This record gives sequence, structure tokens and C-alpha cells, in this order.
Amino acid sequence: MKNRAIALYSALGFGYAFLYLPIVLLVIYSFNASRLVTVWGGVSTKWYGELLADEKILDAAWLSLKVAVLNATISTFLGTLAAVVLVRFRRFAGRTLFTGMITAPLVMPEIITGLAMLLLFVAMEQTFGWPAGRSMTTIVIAHVTFSLSFVTVVVQSRLAQMDVSLEEAAMDLGARPVKVFLVITLPIIAPALLAGWLLSFTLSIDDVVISSFVTGPGSTTLPIVIFSKVRLGVSPEINALASIVVAIVSIGILIFGIIVQRQEAERVRSLKTASDRG
Amino acid sequence: MAPPSVKQHVFAPWNDPDAKPLIRIEGVSKSFGDFSAVNKVDLDIYPGEFFSLLGASGCGKTTLLRMLAGFEIPSEGSISIDGVDMTDIPPYERPVNMMFQSYALFPHMTVEQNVAFGLKQDRMPKARIAERVKAVLDLVQMSSLAARKPQQLSGGQRQRVALARCLAKEPKVLLLDEPLAALDKKLREQTQLELVNIQDRVGITFVMVTHDQEEAMTMSARIGVMNAGSIEQVGTPVEIYEYPATTFVADFIGTANMFDGVVALDEQSHTVVDCQELDARLVVGHSSGVAVGAPVTVMVRPEKMMVQREPPEERVNCAHGVVSDIAYLGDISIYHVRLASGRKVQVALTNLRHTSEQRLTWDDEVYLTWHPANSLVLVQ
Repeated sequence: MKNRAIALYSALGFGYAFLYLPIVLLVIYSFNASRLVTVWGGVSTKWYGELLADEKILDAAWLSLKVAVLNATISTFLGTLAAVVLVRFRRFAGRTLFTGMITAPLVMPEIITGLAMLLLFVAMEQTFGWPAGRSMTTIVIAHVTFSLSFVTVVVQSRLAQMDVSLEEAAMDLGARPVKVFLVITLPIIAPALLAGWLLSFTLSIDDVVISSFVTGPGSTTLPIVIFSKVRLGVSPEINALASIVVAIVSIGILIFGIIVQRQEAERVRSLKTASDRG
Repeated sequence: MAPPSVKQHVFAPWNDPDAKPLIRIEGVSKSFGDFSAVNKVDLDIYPGEFFSLLGASGCGKTTLLRMLAGFEIPSEGSISIDGVDMTDIPPYERPVNMMFQSYALFPHMTVEQNVAFGLKQDRMPKARIAERVKAVLDLVQMSSLAARKPQQLSGGQRQRVALARCLAKEPKVLLLDEPLAALDKKLREQTQLELVNIQDRVGITFVMVTHDQEEAMTMSARIGVMNAGSIEQVGTPVEIYEYPATTFVADFIGTANMFDGVVALDEQSHTVVDCQELDARLVVGHSSGVAVGAPVTVMVRPEKMMVQREPPEERVNCAHGVVSDIAYLGDISIYHVRLASGRKVQVALTNLRHTSEQRLTWDDEVYLTWHPANSLVLVQ
């Protein structure tokens, strides 16, 4: 029995180590005083200070954030529309084609999507002058094209689970279709919209491949900056930056976890009161 | 075939030639692709009636109800409510409300908000909405839980809220899709009568869809029995049980013992049917209206049969067999009697005594007889 417990705990420990040891090392080395990444030279926070003074990185981070928020918002809007059509309009010409096309970007190699977007933007600029060069606009458009598929898939599954009679009941009680969607459907599928928004935010903020095709001078996103810096050799500054990103993500996951846990607790409580009433 | 003499009820607008129906369904058909769900249905439903559409699943009863609500458009025919043609009127403009099988309570709203939803769509002033919500919640005895969310309610309570939400709008017609199917047996029986009482008090016409014949018979003024997209018979519970129009209705409502035969004599007061299977003449107490020699089915209900151990004097209205199965249900016992032909006949006897001295047991040889007035000729 005891041997079994030891075996289980070491398997668990090994699994966690495999997942998180690299990240822990990264955080530790971000406090390294030495300029050489692989040589420990004592504890220091000077790389964090240098990072905050580096305008290029700060600008890139700000741009990435703007792109991610815009992308997430637009993708959620368009993706939800597509999901509604796919789930609620059962029969229309080209439905199968449309379903396939919505999910294609999920499996399309990023490098092809990026190249295709670049060709499109160049051709558009030559024919009607918009978009002028590669800028934040082109990055957002490119990100939306692949993010919206993810939103569609998430919202689609939530919509499919939703009881259609809820919408029918609202219509039966006198609400017009548009109002039914806004007042009944949207609040019920809201968790899926939030999940879709967060998903496209994450996809956008760490995208390198597609961004590198459609980016232009003066519009460099954070991952591209990191990537180009690392190519010249890993600097401790990047370790610091990565540690900050890890910290932000961890806090986000923590908050998300707390919210989910609270909702679950409330659900259990309400089920209990219902069964008490019999 | 018209029933010989049905007692005139106090409420029976369908027998009054001057009564104007509230719902008029004329030649309505609905097909989904190749599948014909509803087939040329004609039906009149009168104001204040509690009408049930009864049938097995897939018989088209729910499709017919959904056409009344406006969720499906008839492929053919027309539906009018209170004299207004409903063909082009969307669900949100019909004077009709529907109670869904799943109750379809909005999970993100409280009981109160659910009930107020329909009234808000009508742009009723806030004070009047509050008043009306309180009145209907009182009616269904749910006022104390007005602030709860649907997830915090039990099945029976949800059913009441769904009913209140429909009643709040004071529709001309309330449609109920299997309203009690989600409740357990005890609660269902209790709710059946409650629902009838509420219908009586509010005076709204109820159209209910159910597969449960007991439920339909308990609650409805009239029942329409549906089979394969068509209405087989419309009548009061007594009519469809005692005088089923077709073999399907006879078999679907309660239990029916049916014997095939040919008409030997057809008189004003009675019909004589030769039944080879029973080796007996069957006398039925009404005219069948078909020619001599025509094949017919004679139906006898299990509780209308009498059992004796000695052969009767005449072999008229008589079957002979052995008891093969006994189902003791407490108040009554159902005896399955196997005839010489192999056919099984069911007989229901009331258990009048505690003791089992006189009671039949397995392999007893018995003779079954019945009165001519208690059997029925069904024309095939």
C-alpha cells in the first residue's frame, strides 16, 4: 500500500516537473545578475529595470494588447453570428460548404494563412489603395480570420446544447426574433462568448507566424520583438519579460478559477434548496 | 357511427349547431420532406373547452399544436382563431400561449421576471405588470417563491411557474404540450385536477397534447384521438371509451377484446354477427348499418364481461377458454383467458371479498358472456 502511494506521488511529481520546471528555471534566471544567461551570477532585479526602460518592448507590448483586444472583440462578434447561422438555420444552400469553410482555418498551416493574407493585402493596396501598407489594421484583420473559427466552434457547441423551446417560448410570449436573441439567447450563451473572447485574445497575443507576414515598419507586436531579440542570443531581459507574462497569466487563471468555483458553489447551493423544497 | 344516446352535458357547445367555434382547423396537412406528419385534419374547438389531442408518439399531435402556436406553417389548409385567419400571423402576434414540455423557463430570470416577460412585450405599464404577476402567482400558489431562479425550484413548482407565465397574458387559447410528463405519478394525479380547476376559474380554452389516455380522460371535455397524422375520433371521454369509432381507437383507449365475424342480420335495434372463431352468434344492441355478409369486428371491454363455470344455455355472446394468467391489482383482478383458437381475452373482475374461495385460479375452465348492449360493432 505504501509503495503504491510513493509510486503515485512520484508519478505526479514527475508530471508536474515536466510541465513546470522550465518555467520555474526561467523565472529564477530572470533574477540572475550575470549578463550570461547560463551562468549564475547572484540575485538582482536589474533586468526588470532595464526592461521598463526599453521603449521598443513597451511599445510592442502596448500594440500587442490593442491588437489582442480588438481581435477578440471582432472575432467574438463575427464568430457568434456564424455560429447562430450554423445552428439555428438548419437548411440553406451551401450549408455544408459553409460549415467546412468555417473550420478550415483551424487546421490550415499558419504559414499558409500568413502568406495568403500578405498576398491579399498587397493586391488590395494595388487595386484600391487600402490598406495602405502593413500596419495594425492588417494584423487585426489577419488575426480575426483565424480566431473567429475558434469562437464559432465554442459558441456553436453552446448554442446546440441550448433548449430551442426557450427561444420559442419567448417568441410565443410576444418578443420579436431580434429581441429574443438579445434578451434570451445572448445571456444564456454569454459564458461561451466570454470563453471565445479569451481564447481569441490568447491566440492573438502570442501569434508570431501570421503576424510576421502582415506586420510592417512601426507595427511590431511583442512576440515578434522577442523572437527577433532571441535570434541574436537570449538576453536576461527577455527572461524578465517572460516572467512578467507568466505572472499575468497565472493571476488571470487564478481569478478565472475563483469565479468558476464560486459559480459551482452557488449552483450546488441552489440545487440543495430546490431539493429541500421537494 | 353515432352513439345511440349520450347524456346531454351541461357544457357541450359541440352539440349546439349555433355555437361558434373558437379554433377552426380546416383541411390542415403538414409534411416534412416526404414524411407527412399531419394529414387533412378538420377540427373545431369551442370557447372554454378543455380539449386534448391524444395519440402515441409520432402521431402528429405535437405538430398540430405547434401549428396552432405558429411555430410550424401548414403545408395545406387553414387555421383560424376567433374568426381570424392565422396563416400569415407569426407566433409573437397570435392570441395564443404555449406551455412547453420542458417548461422553457428562462434560467437567467427569477420567477417574477419570467412571469412578467410576456406582459413587458405588450408594453403594459409597470404597476399593472406587478399587479398582474402577483395575481397569477397567487393563482398557482407560487407568490412566496417569486424571487427564486428556476434552477432553485422543484419540478412541480416549475410547472406552476410555466403555467402562470402563460396565463399572465390572458390568451384566448392556452396550448399545453405534455404539461405533466415531467412529474412523478402522485404529483401528476394531483396536478391534473388542479389544472382543470384553474382552467375552470380563468375560463380560457385549453388545448392539451398528451400520450397518456388516463390524463386525457381525467382532464378533458373532449378528446381527439390521433393516429398516423389523422384524427380518428373526436368525442367526450365517455364517447371514445364506450363507443369507439374505429378498431384503432378501441384498442388505444383502454383494453378491448375484439372478435372478427360477418354480419348475419342487421336490424334497427340490433345486429347479429356470425363469429367462426368463437363458434357462436354475437348479438350487438345497435344497428351496424352495413350489408349482410360484410366483415366486421365486435368489441367487448374487459369489465363488461361476466364469468361463469357452467356452460350457458344458448351459445350467444359467449366465449369459452381457460384462465392462463392472473394480474391481481388490489381493487380488481385481470384474468387472461385463452380461447380454443389461441386468442387471449381479458376479463376484469372487481374483488368484492377478501377471501379467495370463489376466486378463479390458473387453468380453470370458464365461460365468458356479455350483454348485447355492452358490445359494439366496428366496421373495418
